[in-house]
Amino acid sequence: MFFSFELLLEALMFGVLLGCFYTAVSIGLSVSFGLLDVPHVAHPAIMVLGSYATYIVASQGLDPILSGVLLMPVFFVLGVLVYRFYYESFERRGTEAGVRGLAFFFGLAFIIEIGLILVFGVDQRTVEAAYIGESLELGEYRIPYRMLVAFGVALVLTFSLTLYLSKTFTGRAIKAVAQDEPALRLMGANPVRIKQWAFGIATGVSALAGALLIIVGPVEPAIDRLYIGRTFCIVVLAGLGSMTGTLAAGLILGIAESMVLMFFGASWAPAVAFGLLLLVLGVRPQGLFGR
Amino acid sequence: MKRTRREILKAGAALAVTAGIPGRAFAQAGPVKVGMSMPQTGSLGAGGQAALVALRLWVDDVNQRGGLLNRKVELIAYDDQTNPANVPGIYTKLLDVDKVDLIIAPYGTVPTAPLMPMAKQRGLLVMGNFSFQVNAKVQHDMWFNNAPWNNASSWSDGFFANGRKLGAKTVAFLAADQEFAQNLANGARELAKKGNLKAVYDQNYPPTTTDFSSLVRGIRAAKPDMVFVMSYPNDSVAIVRAVNEIGIGSGVKMFGGGMVGLQFTPIMASLGSLLNGIVNYNSYVPGMKYPIDDFLKRYAQRAKEAKVDPLGFYLPPFNYAIGQMLEQAVNGAKSLDHKQLAAYLKKNEMKTVVGPIRYGPDGEWANARVVQAQFRGVVDKDVEQFRSPAKQVVIYPDAYKTGTVIAPFEKARKAKK
Amino acid sequence: MRFWICAAVLAAASFGLALSPVNEYFFYAAYVVLTFVVLATAWNILGGYAGYVNFGTPAFFGIGAYAATLLFKSLGAPLAVQIAAGALMGGLLGFGVGMLTLRLRGIFFAIATVAVVFIMETLMINWRYVGGATGLQLLRPEVIAPFENYIRMLFVVMAWMGIAGVAIARYVQDSWIGRGLRALRDSEEAAEACGVPTLKLKLFACTVMGGLMGAAGAPMPMYLSFIEPASTFNLNYTIGALGGAIIGGMSHWLGPIIGALLLGSLQQIVTVTISGEVNVLIVGVLLVLFVVLAPEGILGLLKKIMPRSR
Repeated sequence: MFFSFELLLEALMFGVLLGCFYTAVSIGLSVSFGLLDVPHVAHPAIMVLGSYATYIVASQGLDPILSGVLLMPVFFVLGVLVYRFYYESFERRGTEAGVRGLAFFFGLAFIIEIGLILVFGVDQRTVEAAYIGESLELGEYRIPYRMLVAFGVALVLTFSLTLYLSKTFTGRAIKAVAQDEPALRLMGANPVRIKQWAFGIATGVSALAGALLIIVGPVEPAIDRLYIGRTFCIVVLAGLGSMTGTLAAGLILGIAESMVLMFFGASWAPAVAFGLLLLVLGVRPQGLFGR
Repeated sequence: MKRTRREILKAGAALAVTAGIPGRAFAQAGPVKVGMSMPQTGSLGAGGQAALVALRLWVDDVNQRGGLLNRKVELIAYDDQTNPANVPGIYTKLLDVDKVDLIIAPYGTVPTAPLMPMAKQRGLLVMGNFSFQVNAKVQHDMWFNNAPWNNASSWSDGFFANGRKLGAKTVAFLAADQEFAQNLANGARELAKKGNLKAVYDQNYPPTTTDFSSLVRGIRAAKPDMVFVMSYPNDSVAIVRAVNEIGIGSGVKMFGGGMVGLQFTPIMASLGSLLNGIVNYNSYVPGMKYPIDDFLKRYAQRAKEAKVDPLGFYLPPFNYAIGQMLEQAVNGAKSLDHKQLAAYLKKNEMKTVVGPIRYGPDGEWANARVVQAQFRGVVDKDVEQFRSPAKQVVIYPDAYKTGTVIAPFEKARKAKK
Repeated sequence: MRFWICAAVLAAASFGLALSPVNEYFFYAAYVVLTFVVLATAWNILGGYAGYVNFGTPAFFGIGAYAATLLFKSLGAPLAVQIAAGALMGGLLGFGVGMLTLRLRGIFFAIATVAVVFIMETLMINWRYVGGATGLQLLRPEVIAPFENYIRMLFVVMAWMGIAGVAIARYVQDSWIGRGLRALRDSEEAAEACGVPTLKLKLFACTVMGGLMGAAGAPMPMYLSFIEPASTFNLNYTIGALGGAIIGGMSHWLGPIIGALLLGSLQQIVTVTISGEVNVLIVGVLLVLFVVLAPEGILGLLKKIMPRSR
């Protein structure tokens, strides 16, 4: 394998960009699973649904990022409905993270994936934009614009969500419900409505993440299986419920994958996220900034 | 066969839905059923759809001539989605439920690989469909491929010979980890070694890879004179885009070689000018003297109705040829028995729209006719431009040559013709 | 005693069926259905009895398949040896995964099992000897009399394996092991406080589950004459096993049999008549419906209808 300092630096840069993209993709899960304890294994599938929705909207001529943003309220409503259904069927009866809750979301993920196959087929889909396919030239290095766009949006998303959760009233209520639900109830707030709202936000964010996914590369319905590992690895590594932790964890995973790609080849890269996940679960299950 | 048990176990047979069909019934008259799995979605989908149009055209043509052995021909084709895991089930269904008389392999090496052991075990005649060396390990003696290549030499010689003429000393190999690319890569590596070419980069990638920026970066850092890529359509497109996005290095003289998909009309149209400079294999480009014009005209009408590839260059003529070969074999042997058909195909030269075809002992063509051509002066969003021989200049073999390769690769990308 | 008589009758019936002139495709499809009976039964030992949701069925199934492939390619080992190897490797992997249960519960355990699947798949992708990502073509040995062809023989093998698997599940359920597992499913802390050796029981359940799944995977390469990682380690096996157990009913060994037979047959019929994808969609939809509306599965529904049954 050819090795040089330039190559290492380029891989590092790519890893940082990739890592931020992974953060954007996982931040919804940080809220729904990290804060709300919902066993949301269907998170990647909903994100892929967002990618296809972006594909449809963007094929009308709109920019993909704009399409993603426009889809956010639609997915917010979807999230609220899903949580409501989950709550009525499981949480209320006290059997949430058990077999049934997990099986429900797993079944949901499959239904979404197969639904996409039946509607769109197994072919890959891509979107077009001015910034897809061109790159920024910095001396020796060429950085693809699509990665820079994903990087930018990811940072904006992470910081806005962090600010929302710490500065606004509802944001703080969400954090409170994650920490101590009975206390919140005693104070007169309705925890179910707050959790519903939070899950809606998480799903809305996933719509934008889906748009980023289809900008960064082609998507096909089964791609959600690859992202189960990455998203859960990041959320667990971050420590449940920490937004800034998600960014740190995303960067760690992105750089790790980029390095493995360079030193060991493309056939080992898919295992990095899962390997890291097992490592974290074995060594430090509460993650970096866990609560 | 212990026939007495049949009485005792009739009750048990009622369990299954398909149990009503006894295993040995023989349709007397009735259509000749030809069955196949064809990738109509997935990586090879665009090629498969066009090929299917050509096959259906043949079925109509042969039925107008009275069918085979005075029986109507019926084509049953399922979609395997370019997924080899679907293939054994599809062919088992074709043989045991649909009860087909003849089978054609799916288009492509990857979907065909699982069929070979099954075909050998059941003693079936298989008409191959553009696979590469898929019979090498199983060595089934009733295999007949329709592709104009036979071994790795027939494919890679053109690429390496031109590279050497340009003074290339080093080569980079990039191959997908799947049956086609690995077969080709193994052969190409041997040839490179024999030709004193040093491999400065040699990587396999999982077939599901979508982001090639790291791999392209690695290739660029190795500073090869030639880059030999062996890929399937999804990856071919991604690799071409990645090379365009971050560059392959100014020292590369030739790029391409074994990229499947850059012959599919929809892909050529969507990549447009990104194709320029790439030297890649092909089976037929405009300008080659084949008795093909009438076929292309009739195909184009059908293709327009079916909304697929209107040009029909790469795959459709060779699929029509499969039909023609089956027709000549069945009429020649006057039977549908697979052994007799295989014997006929081994002995005789067949006339097809892609010229005369004669088989070697391994079921591949005795004389290869695959070309290496360089894309020149291709513009974006124009399908009809590819009808001109100037867009794909044949640089090998001499029999079909229309021009010399332009190097280095970066310079060829900007050349107008 | 009743159980063993039924088992013997079924074993003989499957043998007889394989010698009858039933259409070939029946055996081809039935093999898959029987595979899911074994997988669902195995899954239920950990999932139903102990309450630990395992999403990693393909990992155990796959390691069995690849162990068989390795032995067949290198030594030409006969099927019985391949199955034994598959069971052994599956059991070992099960033991390893069982160690994960030391600290992980609920969704963390489930996600960890998914991780095992992908890591196993990546390992096989990088192992050229068993084919890598390309896959391996395999030529079956000649079939032994009295069977007409290999698929019929595999049908009988899988039927007998199903009976064996159910016998094991029944033994576990009715013995002190089953009682211990049920105790730790209801409350692991309370069980530990009462002196139940929870870790040993969990390891036992995982090992048995892994071993059975590995055994079920071992004949697969011979069945297809082909093996490659993507389809072997496909998460469709997860939903099939899990679905069969949950839909059938997790509390009793009869549940997975009923669930897998119904689900598997439905899947095969849909595959032949409609398409391959719709069959997975049906599993997903049925799974969600049952989990929400009928959590006790078909057994639970039967219990409601027939108040004085088992």
